[in-house]
Amino acid sequence: MGKVCSMAEAIARWVPDGAAAAMGCALEAAIPFAAGHEIIRQGRRDLTVIGPISDMLFDLLVGAGCVRHVTAAWVGNVGDGLGHNFRRAVEQGIPRAIEVEDHTNLTLALGLQAAAWGVSYLPTLTALGSDLLAANPNLKPATCPFTGEAMVAVRAIRPDVTIVHVQRADPDGNAHLWGNLGVVVEAARAARHVIVSCEEIVDPEIIRSDPNRTLIPGFLVSAVVCEPWGSHPSPLPGYARRDDASYIDYHEHSRSRERFETWLRRWVLEVADRQQYLTRLGESRLAALVADRPQPAAPVSYAW
Amino acid sequence: MSDRPALSPTPRQVMVAAAAREIRDGEIVFVGMRLPLIAFAIAKALHAPTAIGLFENGVIRDTAPLAPLVTMGDPPNIAGAVACTGLLDVMGLLQQGRVDLGLLGAAEVDRFGNLNTTRVGDVRLPGSGGSCDIAALSRRFIVLLAHERRRFRERVAFLTSPGHGPGGDWRRRTGLRGGGPAKVISHLGVFATDPDSGELVLVTVHPGVGVDDVRRETDWDVRVSPSLEETPLPGREELAVIARFDREGRGTGS
Repeated sequence: MGKVCSMAEAIARWVPDGAAAAMGCALEAAIPFAAGHEIIRQGRRDLTVIGPISDMLFDLLVGAGCVRHVTAAWVGNVGDGLGHNFRRAVEQGIPRAIEVEDHTNLTLALGLQAAAWGVSYLPTLTALGSDLLAANPNLKPATCPFTGEAMVAVRAIRPDVTIVHVQRADPDGNAHLWGNLGVVVEAARAARHVIVSCEEIVDPEIIRSDPNRTLIPGFLVSAVVCEPWGSHPSPLPGYARRDDASYIDYHEHSRSRERFETWLRRWVLEVADRQQYLTRLGESRLAALVADRPQPAAPVSYAW
Repeated sequence: MSDRPALSPTPRQVMVAAAAREIRDGEIVFVGMRLPLIAFAIAKALHAPTAIGLFENGVIRDTAPLAPLVTMGDPPNIAGAVACTGLLDVMGLLQQGRVDLGLLGAAEVDRFGNLNTTRVGDVRLPGSGGSCDIAALSRRFIVLLAHERRRFRERVAFLTSPGHGPGGDWRRRTGLRGGGPAKVISHLGVFATDPDSGELVLVTVHPGVGVDDVRRETDWDVRVSPSLEETPLPGREELAVIARFDREGRGTGS
């Protein structure tokens, strides 16, 4: 059965109510916003969202009422500060109360790596002495069985689905991605299913021309969605600049629940799909966001 | 911009220039969000040309970014990097003890350099991000934050990122490998850590700021260095680099 499908089909099939979904795994770049918007449009509820620094994606999903539990190191708006929806949910239960499992970037990455390696935990030296140890039941003080040193054990984090946005993939989901990788590689291996959202679906020969760049092998992938500008407003090396104005606009609107709902209608609920979203952004705005300063990589050879 | 008089920098320009001067040439530096991004760019452009920056998203960079950044994941921080790896690669190097200096922000700091970015009372803050990791594991770290009484607390409301705990040799007893906070840089002055007690000691005040101003905005009884000095103002070259990497003044405007 083919994996190539629309975002609506991918979300409907692989992100059910109550799913644990890892997103935003590259940190501030390549955030799968198109997938996030579709999750909201489909009215998904009770999700666990997993990611180190989601920038405004998790704040948005929380504000839209999709989330029951957040497993993250940081939730806010990287350029502009606090996440207003995240605050309202934690402090006032608006639009609903949420649970927060506080990690550091390193413990979150190690939790995913543990799942990716098939072990129940991994040890680390971070978080010793931090109140996070008492606040997060999945971080526990431990002792090295060889040296007796104090350590922290990080319990494995296994997403039901990891959603990534990448530059290109073939129809089987073999994915080329480049730029900062964050925890994308670990999260893709840790998950039961992977949705690859990409700028371009390419011929398998293009993928096989540079196998070192294939950081997600297709046999791990359940769905492949061709979604140009799928990471907007986050940047994507080679394709898109960061749309700072979008983050500022979101930050200002989300200060109040009423204005956030206006924003949500305009940019998510009233548009049917990514194409309509791009139309609403407008050609001139998109043109200014095209990464058009050339920075080609020298070709490599796999001569044999 | 370039016509800004060199003698009237904003307090945040003084802060970021002071932070940049903490970066020594040849050091491996772990660069956090916002002001630290600018501090690294200044150091690279001026006095620390061979410093190497590690960014938690996986970027390893030995030149200033190609254009101003809002986040470390912006394409001008990727293009021309030495390497683009993953979070575990760079944090693994940090955990090994290979990082000389970490640069951080915070919502609250206390007398012993502990940091809070998780919650204050009922107010939920964004969380650790990489802050706890950098504070726990870098050989030394410095913190930049606005100097307000609600931020400079006797004890942090939540200890997200370890400084010296309750003081003394707490880090060693806790098993923390990194050296802890070296400097706390605010918009009023600079604190250094007393090597024995772990307490923050005021070592410089910015021009025009008095010790009383610092005391008024600090929730504990501030220890002042007997050799208290004035923080050097950023020079024209530093201001020019700040103007280049913070074009809209979002990071360093008043």
